[in-house]
Amino acid sequence: MRWINTRPGRGTQLALMLLPFLLLAVAYGFGSAARLAENANDKLLPSLAGFADAIDRMAFVADQRTGDYLLWSDTRASLVRLFAGLGISTVIALLIGMAIGMLPYLRALLSPFVAVISMVPPLALLPILFIVMGLGETSKIALIVIGIAPTMIRDLALRVLELPREQIIKAETLGGSSWQIALRVLLPQILPRLITCLRLQIGPAWLFLIAAEAISSDSGLGYRIFLVRRYLSMDVIFPYVVWITLLAVVTNYALDRIRIVVFPWSELETQG
Amino acid sequence: MSELVIQNVWKEYGDQIVLENVSLTVASRAFVALVGPSGCGKSTFLRMLLGQEKPTRGTILIDGQPMPTEPGPDRGIVFQRYSVFPHLTVLGNVLLGKEFSKSRHKAKLFGAARRNAVEEARDLITEVGLSGTEQKYPVQLSGGMQQRLALAQALIMKPKVLLLDEPFGALDPGIRAEIHTLMKRLWHETQMTIVMVTHDMREAFTLASRIVAFERRRDRPEEKQRYGATITNDIAIWPPRQAGVPSIFSPDRDGPVAFLGHRRDDLALSGESSEAH
Repeated sequence: MRWINTRPGRGTQLALMLLPFLLLAVAYGFGSAARLAENANDKLLPSLAGFADAIDRMAFVADQRTGDYLLWSDTRASLVRLFAGLGISTVIALLIGMAIGMLPYLRALLSPFVAVISMVPPLALLPILFIVMGLGETSKIALIVIGIAPTMIRDLALRVLELPREQIIKAETLGGSSWQIALRVLLPQILPRLITCLRLQIGPAWLFLIAAEAISSDSGLGYRIFLVRRYLSMDVIFPYVVWITLLAVVTNYALDRIRIVVFPWSELETQG
Repeated sequence: MSELVIQNVWKEYGDQIVLENVSLTVASRAFVALVGPSGCGKSTFLRMLLGQEKPTRGTILIDGQPMPTEPGPDRGIVFQRYSVFPHLTVLGNVLLGKEFSKSRHKAKLFGAARRNAVEEARDLITEVGLSGTEQKYPVQLSGGMQQRLALAQALIMKPKVLLLDEPFGALDPGIRAEIHTLMKRLWHETQMTIVMVTHDMREAFTLASRIVAFERRRDRPEEKQRYGATITNDIAIWPPRQAGVPSIFSPDRDGPVAFLGHRRDDLALSGESSEAH
């Protein structure tokens, strides 16, 4: 039988899915054990016990200075910034993207401008944001918005343009005005795309958040990682990285579930 | 009444002449089939009737008035594909026209207004043979059922003119025959004038009351650019077909078609479709 026709069963699929994660953990275990055997105080690859200790310290013991449970207060600070940034970007992208996709006049006006803006490296703007908006929350949220909104606008505008012209003509023959067609024909078909687009932007959003937190902040997951870097605290950095990854994965999955529940037809289509 | 008068219409894209000097008068309640080879401008002509494109020269009148320059509710359309909205259920698709016309800002109906509209929509859905599928999405329907839905969706606006752009071209022969039966019945029962573009001669002669053929009179490669297609044949079906009037010559051929029993593209009696997946 050709390789392209062989398919794993359910159990094999699960095992294959877990295998790379397991291999990574085992490889780490060996590396860590080898280094610790040579030097019991090695900080680069801490043992599992070291991690457990650090996690306990960060998550379940109040900080002596502030009385906060650091992992949770960092998570809260970061997620507020992240979701504020994602939320604002979504609203901007939906309004401007739909307008560009629908109305030729606005497309002529805005489409080239957005294309140029999306090419500006957002991190290069970070100093400007800090100078103009100060070092508080505003500049960090603004960085996320500047980083991901232009891409989302372009993606959504393209999706609107990709909708078959026949659909819009049909809606016109049903007596729809521009507003009615936007509301009942375009918007509902764009929303599932918006969610998918948002999922793809979760990664970049975290990138910009951590960059902003690393440079200037007093809380947040990115701030903590860069703070403890000075003490070579790999036992804190690794769990934080895993935690951030986990948050991103869960957000990604949750958004996809929301899409399927709210827009069941969008899933039917992909199965076609 | 819905008479279409097309006078000396030309259509050019830049240097390319697509249609030249097309004149045609379509009587009210006629069923005209436009036939011709690929690329001869049949669909362009239909798009001009729809208002999606403007003639370069010449005029198109509907009931003596100049044709509006954009598509409107007086002219319904069914395309070969993409005619129905994938995000709405069968019922939602048929309701949409009502909601557009009755609710200016929300484009959605509630309460008694919605109940009335739903009732009307359900009647139409039954009329085209889709009852039982009201809550399904278009992707769950077969191709033939999707085109039936597109018809119902257009019919709820009670258009003066129904335009069909190769509506049944993608369907299997068996399913096509069934939808032809439906099409004939709708033509007899409603007040619409129908203009249909088709590749299928048999379909044209089965359904239409008049066949109009488009062709390029000069088709040598060096002439293609500067000579467009025009009407080369205009055949009235004999014995004449008239909407709402059974043919005295062969009532079997025309006439309002009686229900012929259960067909492949109809729903199973249990309400479950064997076509949908």
